[in-house]
Amino acid sequence: MKKLLLACLTILLATAVNAQTGYQVGDLASDFNLKNVDGKNVSLAGHKNVKGYIVVFTCNTCPVSKAYEARIEALNKMYASKGYPVVAINTNDPIASPGDTYAKMQERAKEKGFSFAYLEDPDHVYTKKYGAMRTPHVFVLQKTAKGNEVAYIGAIDNDQQEANAQRDNYVQNAVNQLLKGEKPSVTSTKAIGCTIKWKKEVSK
Amino acid sequence: MQKFIVTILLFLVGHSVNAQVKLLTLNELEQRVAKGKDTTYVVNFWATWCGPCVEELPYFERLNNESAKKPLKVILMSLDFKSKLKTDVIPFVVKHKIKSEVYVVNETDQQKFIDRVDKNWSGALPATLILNTDKKARAFHEKSFTYSELLKVVEGYK
Repeated sequence: MKKLLLACLTILLATAVNAQTGYQVGDLASDFNLKNVDGKNVSLAGHKNVKGYIVVFTCNTCPVSKAYEARIEALNKMYASKGYPVVAINTNDPIASPGDTYAKMQERAKEKGFSFAYLEDPDHVYTKKYGAMRTPHVFVLQKTAKGNEVAYIGAIDNDQQEANAQRDNYVQNAVNQLLKGEKPSVTSTKAIGCTIKWKKEVSK
Repeated sequence: MQKFIVTILLFLVGHSVNAQVKLLTLNELEQRVAKGKDTTYVVNFWATWCGPCVEELPYFERLNNESAKKPLKVILMSLDFKSKLKTDVIPFVVKHKIKSEVYVVNETDQQKFIDRVDKNWSGALPATLILNTDKKARAFHEKSFTYSELLKVVEGYK
């Protein structure tokens, strides 16, 4: 019994710690200034005439991210002109995941004709700050007087393998509602994704 | 005696046809657990493309093999795409000579599936669910295990 209690406590603690890392819906998201695949730095503030952003934490190597590449591109095509451009950030350390080097990111962006910014995040600074836990992991931000408010966190849709007849396009729905001046009705979803390939800690 | 031989034969057959990986829904998994003869089930959610999952698989295999005479069973639930069953999952199981039961999750709506497995699961892999059908106890871990950590956690649910 004691053991069970201990296990319960450990789980509770672990959840509590988890809940504290990264953003929750309603938080104000930090801006960044990260290098894009075209060599230029990109920040949120650098976007003119936007209403918000679709920030996608993703990578080159994860099969789930790859399955969503075309859908991420479609989101940018659909919403950049309406004021919600896609900004993609590669979460992975290039040493831990050699398929995610800056050169490989450039290659992938060119090959797939990405029309959105695809940024590197050395030392996972913003991956950690936002609290991305897997790839792909989306944060829809709404530009407000206070700053960039997190309006939605989660999956792109509930149809990873394009086999779900009752597909809910979570990100599209959230952005559509924001564009209408409403709050998204679904603000947080889950999906299977790849773990982030963290930089190996250097032993001190 | 005859029963004993039959059991051994079944056991051997069971071991040789493990390359038959089937699709399994969560309902079917629940039935599998409810109807099973074991009392402790260690259900590991993994994928062939998930590095940390592949790293910890040998520990689950070892636990399953060393628990052959105990009422404990390891079930490996792969989250590879269903379309990869024959091209990725079965060759992986054959190559690594996996003896635990392996299934590919057959659910289309991950949003519902993830919450049904556990409300606290973010969806990251690997993740492990430990069930004890006698004690009606369950524990969920969204993390990688070493062998000793796994033993320790399972010990509490035997």
